[in-house]
Amino acid sequence: MKMTKLIYPLAFALAITLASTGCHNRQVKVTPIPGSKTGMPGYAGGGDTRPTTGGTFDPNAGGGVGTGGGQLAGLDEFEGMIKDPSALAAYTVHFGFDSAVIKSSEKSNLEAVAAALKGDPNTKLLVEGNCDDRGTEEYNRSLGERRALAAREALAKDGVDPARIRTISYGKDKPADPGHDEAAWAKNRRDDFVLLHPKP
Amino acid sequence: MKNIILHSIKIALPGCLLLAALNVCLAQQEIDIGKNITVPGQAKPIPISLEGFSGETLDVLKFDLYVQGFSFVTPDAAKYRISGSSAGNVQGLVTDTIFKKIMFSRSYSGATLRKQAHAFADDIVETISGKKGIGQTKIAFKAQSPRGSGEIYIADFDGHNPLEVTHDDSIVAAPTWAPHKLALYYTSYQPGNPDIFYHNLSTGDRTIVAKFSGLNTGAAISPDGTRMALILSKSGSPDIWVCNVDGTNLKQLTRTPEDESSPCWSPDGQWICFATKMNARRVLAKVPAGGGAVQRIPTSGVSSPTEPDWSPDGKWIAFTSQMGDFNICVVPATGGTATLLVAGEDPSWSSNSRTLICARRSGGRYTLSVLDAMTKQVKDIGRISGNDSQPAWAK
Repeated sequence: MKMTKLIYPLAFALAITLASTGCHNRQVKVTPIPGSKTGMPGYAGGGDTRPTTGGTFDPNAGGGVGTGGGQLAGLDEFEGMIKDPSALAAYTVHFGFDSAVIKSSEKSNLEAVAAALKGDPNTKLLVEGNCDDRGTEEYNRSLGERRALAAREALAKDGVDPARIRTISYGKDKPADPGHDEAAWAKNRRDDFVLLHPKP
Repeated sequence: MKNIILHSIKIALPGCLLLAALNVCLAQQEIDIGKNITVPGQAKPIPISLEGFSGETLDVLKFDLYVQGFSFVTPDAAKYRISGSSAGNVQGLVTDTIFKKIMFSRSYSGATLRKQAHAFADDIVETISGKKGIGQTKIAFKAQSPRGSGEIYIADFDGHNPLEVTHDDSIVAAPTWAPHKLALYYTSYQPGNPDIFYHNLSTGDRTIVAKFSGLNTGAAISPDGTRMALILSKSGSPDIWVCNVDGTNLKQLTRTPEDESSPCWSPDGQWICFATKMNARRVLAKVPAGGGAVQRIPTSGVSSPTEPDWSPDGKWIAFTSQMGDFNICVVPATGGTATLLVAGEDPSWSSNSRTLICARRSGGRYTLSVLDAMTKQVKDIGRISGNDSQPAWAK
């Protein structure tokens, strides 16, 4: 009890101090929050957000070291061409996990694609690289492009002018099979070939 | 009686004893705060109590404070007591229970109760930690429909007040913010090719800034806002390139046959970090932003790192490890032993260099999650579409 006697006055003094330094009733600072009740400050929103064609840089500017197929032909070389996804649909090439190497089992499909292109010099080719979903998104976007470029390099070695070949990567955004098992993954690691006919 | 005595001793130590106790408390507090800032995954949350708030205000305070390293306990166990009210407007009082000192008392007016609560949470964080709060910050992300097409969105960092930025109905990807501006860069397949767009959020205007043949993606803007790192495959392989944000002065930084991805900048603007493959293994690497030799950044303990993001304080690189499943990891920016934090992908740092936003897979679908890297406290945010991913925190 001796201790309590000593402490009570001190506790009382501290309570007084606390009361004088601040409590619910004292005047408080008011912080106004800017902004309306909806939307984002400064955002006009809505409107037509279609891209304009200005403000881009020259697609053919700048050099680069190729890795087999060399520098890509400009997109304008393929403008207006008609896509024919069914002509070469049977020759889809499949890949191993985390790999952009053309397996020997896939070479006959590439030979068939090369033959189709050689058979009609007016045609060009769009190679669509795709991935399974066992990787992260941008990793797969780059890997898909690497797969499309691997086919381009193989076709170039087979005598097809790589300037006739355009590549696009869909990463894991366009699976052939939406499943999440090995059978689905194996189908999704692929290059699809789209024959391009000249505009009529 | 015993309780009263103990309680009294805690709040009222006399004279020199009090001073000594204060010194001890002060020293302990400094060590605690230091720990919380410097060791990802190992910091203990700061216990606080919340009294008098309800509804949306209470939800906002809990969310904001949880993902910045606070935990909620009873007032007796709290290091800081947060009391106040959310009737009509938000007002609150923060008391340091060790010093029995009121740290601040404030009332908020205007906007919405939700915004007032975020502002109060920011004041609490700044008062206690000395660091700016993140309660009033924005994120951008990709929202994808089951058909595969998607749109870029922005929202408050907790997913509220979402706003659709694009109306492309095509594959979109990799949004990133122009530093300190209401503007985004992102990839859209809308033109028939993955091209990089600049989108001014104030006016709604956008322009294509990279539309080369092949892949154009992964835009990352330098901290001073003048340069853009990006992935282009126009040379025949996906490589790291850098240019002015208007597209001029384009320069190739890597020339590998591998598939580089996800460039990000060091906060001093000297380095660009990215994911690639070396000796048949997936690695993180960095290259001087002006060009030069590529250096590997070791991530010991985990494999197949991707999607690096450099913390604004320069100390850490957060990334995704791909080892069958996907986990958010951090490694010292110089490389070293990686710390695995939680399941997730594509981390993006907030300005406080401790809170991250990432995407988490569940049943083949992505949800966004906010993670305090220091305490590993994590909370999902509301879903906009079937798949919300690739979050980028405005800084």
